[in-house]
Amino acid sequence: MSRSTITIDPVTRIEGHAKITIQIDENGHVEDARFHVTQLRGFEKFCEGRPFLEMPSLTARTCGICPVSHLIAAAKACDGILAVTIPRPASMLRQVLNLAQLVQSHALSFFYLSLPDFLLGMDEDPKVRNLFGILAKFPDVARDGVRLRQFGQSVIEELAGKRIHPSWVVPGGVNEPLTESRRDAILSRIPEALAIVRRALERGKRVLEDHREEIRTFANFPSLFMGLVDDRGLLEHTDGKLRIVDAHGKIIGENLDSTRYREFIAEANEGDSFLKSPYYRPLGYPAGIYRVGPLARMNIVDGCGTPLADQEWAEFRDLERGAVLSSFHYHYARLIEILYGVERMEQLLLQRDILSKHVRAQANVNNAEGIGIAEAPRGTLIHHYRVNEDGLVEWANLIIATGHNNLAMNRGILQAARHFISGRTLTEGALNRVEAVIRAFDPCLSCSTHASDQMPLHVSVVNQAGEILDQKIRG
Amino acid sequence: MITGPRIKTLTIDDKPVGAREDETILTIARENGIRIPTLCHLEGLTPIGGCRLCLVEVKGIARPVAACVTSVQEGMEVTTDSPRLTQYRRMVLELLFSERNHVCSVCVSNGGCDLQDLAQEFGLTHLTVPYQYPRHKVDASHPWFTLDHNRCILCTRCVRVCDEIEGAHTWDLFGRGMQARVITDLNQPWGSSQTCTGCGKCVHVCPTGALSEKGKSVREMRKSREFLPYLRLMRQGRQV
Repeated sequence: MSRSTITIDPVTRIEGHAKITIQIDENGHVEDARFHVTQLRGFEKFCEGRPFLEMPSLTARTCGICPVSHLIAAAKACDGILAVTIPRPASMLRQVLNLAQLVQSHALSFFYLSLPDFLLGMDEDPKVRNLFGILAKFPDVARDGVRLRQFGQSVIEELAGKRIHPSWVVPGGVNEPLTESRRDAILSRIPEALAIVRRALERGKRVLEDHREEIRTFANFPSLFMGLVDDRGLLEHTDGKLRIVDAHGKIIGENLDSTRYREFIAEANEGDSFLKSPYYRPLGYPAGIYRVGPLARMNIVDGCGTPLADQEWAEFRDLERGAVLSSFHYHYARLIEILYGVERMEQLLLQRDILSKHVRAQANVNNAEGIGIAEAPRGTLIHHYRVNEDGLVEWANLIIATGHNNLAMNRGILQAARHFISGRTLTEGALNRVEAVIRAFDPCLSCSTHASDQMPLHVSVVNQAGEILDQKIRG
Repeated sequence: MITGPRIKTLTIDDKPVGAREDETILTIARENGIRIPTLCHLEGLTPIGGCRLCLVEVKGIARPVAACVTSVQEGMEVTTDSPRLTQYRRMVLELLFSERNHVCSVCVSNGGCDLQDLAQEFGLTHLTVPYQYPRHKVDASHPWFTLDHNRCILCTRCVRVCDEIEGAHTWDLFGRGMQARVITDLNQPWGSSQTCTGCGKCVHVCPTGALSEKGKSVREMRKSREFLPYLRLMRQGRQV
C-alpha cells in the first residue's frame, strides 16, 4: 500500500474556513494530521496608519459572532494609550456586555454546532445531523438553544444599541450610560435563561456518559492552561491578570502582567496555515503547548464566584485529579460558563452604581503603546498597538483566542485520527469525529458566519501519484 | 421708478413658480418645497457646481445643467427627476465611492454623513466601477482635529468656509484629477499651519468623516451647520 493523504476540506460546523489533512503511511496507519486555516485576514497590516480611536470598531469587524471580544480587548488597549483608568460603572457595563456575548456564543457552539453530534449521533447521516435534525427530533431542545442565544444577543442590543458590531464600547469606557428601563428589561429575562442553562447542564452531563471513547481520545493529553483570573483567583473575563497552570493543576505563572505578555508567549509560524502557533516561551516550541478557553478557565480558577456555577465547577473539577485534560470537556466547561455568565450578569446589574452617568474617561494620547487582554468565549484575546504621537497606529499585533489552541488542536486531531481512522476506506463517523475534535475547541477562524451545514465537504484519499483511492462528497 | 431684480416665471416639475432673476434653480426649487439632491452645495457658501448631483433638465437644452449655479430664466421648463438624472446621480455617487476608501462601518461620521445618506437614498448597494484603493495618509497633527483624505470627496466646502466665513484661507486644493487633495497652507501638516485659527468650521461643514474632531470614536461625529446662514447674514450686515 502506498502512502496517501486524506483531506477534509472544509471542516464543517465551525466558524470560519479550514481544512484537515491526514497522512496515511504504507501500512495504512495515520502518520500525521494537520489543521490548516485557509483564510487570511490581514487585520494587523491594514490597521496601520489608522487613528487608534477606530481600533475597537475596526478590529471588531474581524468577526460577526464575537465582535464584542474584539471591541473590549481593543478598547482596553486604547485605554492604555490614553493612560486612563476607566470609571467603575463603565468597567461593569463592559463586563456585562462581554458576558452576554459569552452566553450567546457558547449557546451557538453547544446547541447549534455540537449538539447534533451528541443527540443524533456521530455516525448519523450529515444531512440530518444539524440543527434542523434537532428541531425535528427534539424541538424543545432546539427551542432552548435559540432562546438562549437570543437572550445573549438581546442583552447586547439593550446595552449597546445593536446586536452585531455595536460601537458602544469606546476608548475610555462606553459612550452611553445604561438606563433603568433597559437594566430592568435585561433582569426580567434572566430567570428564563437560567432555567434553560440548568436544563442544558443536566442534559450535557448525561451526554458525557455516552461519549467515554471520545472523552478518552479527543485531544486528551497533558498541556498548560492559560486565562484571566480576578484578584481572588476567581473566574474573570474582562479584567484581571493572567494565570498559567500545568497539567497537574499547579500554578506556574501568577499575576502575569499583560504588558509583558511577550516574555511568556512566543508565536511560531507554520508554512501550511495562516494561523500562528503561540507557545509558552519558557518551555519552548512545541513543548510550551497550552490551551485557552472554557476548559482552561475552569482549570485555572479557584472558583467561579457565583453560587450555582461554583457547585457545578466543584463537580467538574472532581472529574480528574489535576487539571481536566480531555478537550471533549470543553463542552461541559462551556455550559458551566453560561451558567456563570447569567448569574454574574445579574450580580453586576444589581450593583448600585451600574446606572451611573460617569461611564467615560476622556484623555489624549499619553502612551505610545497599549495592550488589552480579555477572555473571549474561545479564550484569551490579546490586542497590542503602538501609535505615533498623533495617535495613528504604527504597528498592531492581535493574538486571537483560537490561535492559542492551534498546537493543541493539531495534536488533538492526530490523536483522534490515529484512534478512529485506519486503512484506505473512510467512514463518515470517523471523519466526523476528527472534525468534532476541532468543534470541541469551538474555533472562530474569524469572521465567517456561514451556516456550516450548507457548506460542502469533499474528502478524498489520494495516493502519491495523485490517484483517488476513495472519496466522499456531501453537501 | 423703482429698480430692482426682475421677476421671472418658470415651471419646475410642471409647477409654475416665480423667482427673482438673480436666483438659481436650486434656490427657487427649495423655496417651493421641491427637493434636488446636493453634496458640494451648502447654504451660506458660494455655490460651485462641483459635484454635479444637482443636475436638472431644462427643456431646449440637450445637456443637464447644475441647478446650484444656473440662474432662472423666463419661461424655463425644469425637470428635477427623471430616469436619466437618476442614472447620472448614481454614477456621480459611484465614482465618488470608488475614488477613495469610504468604509462607513469604521467611520466617525457613520450615521451622520451626507454621502452615506445619498447612497442610501439612491439604493447604492454596490458599485459598477472598480474601487481605486488609493493610499492616503491621515493627518492627525492638529491638536483638535483629524484630516482623513481617504474619506474626502473634494467638495471644497472646507476651502470655501475657511476663505469666505472665517477669512483665514488655510485650506486649498493641490494636484489635479485623481491626485487632487485638500491641503493646509503650503501643503504642510495641519498642526503646523500658521493661518489655521482652530475655529472648526471646516470640520462641521465637511459632508463626510474626512474632517473630524479628535476624541470622537466610530459613529460619534455629528456635524452642526446651523451657524453658517446666520454668520453669512451677519457678515452682510443684515439683522437675523
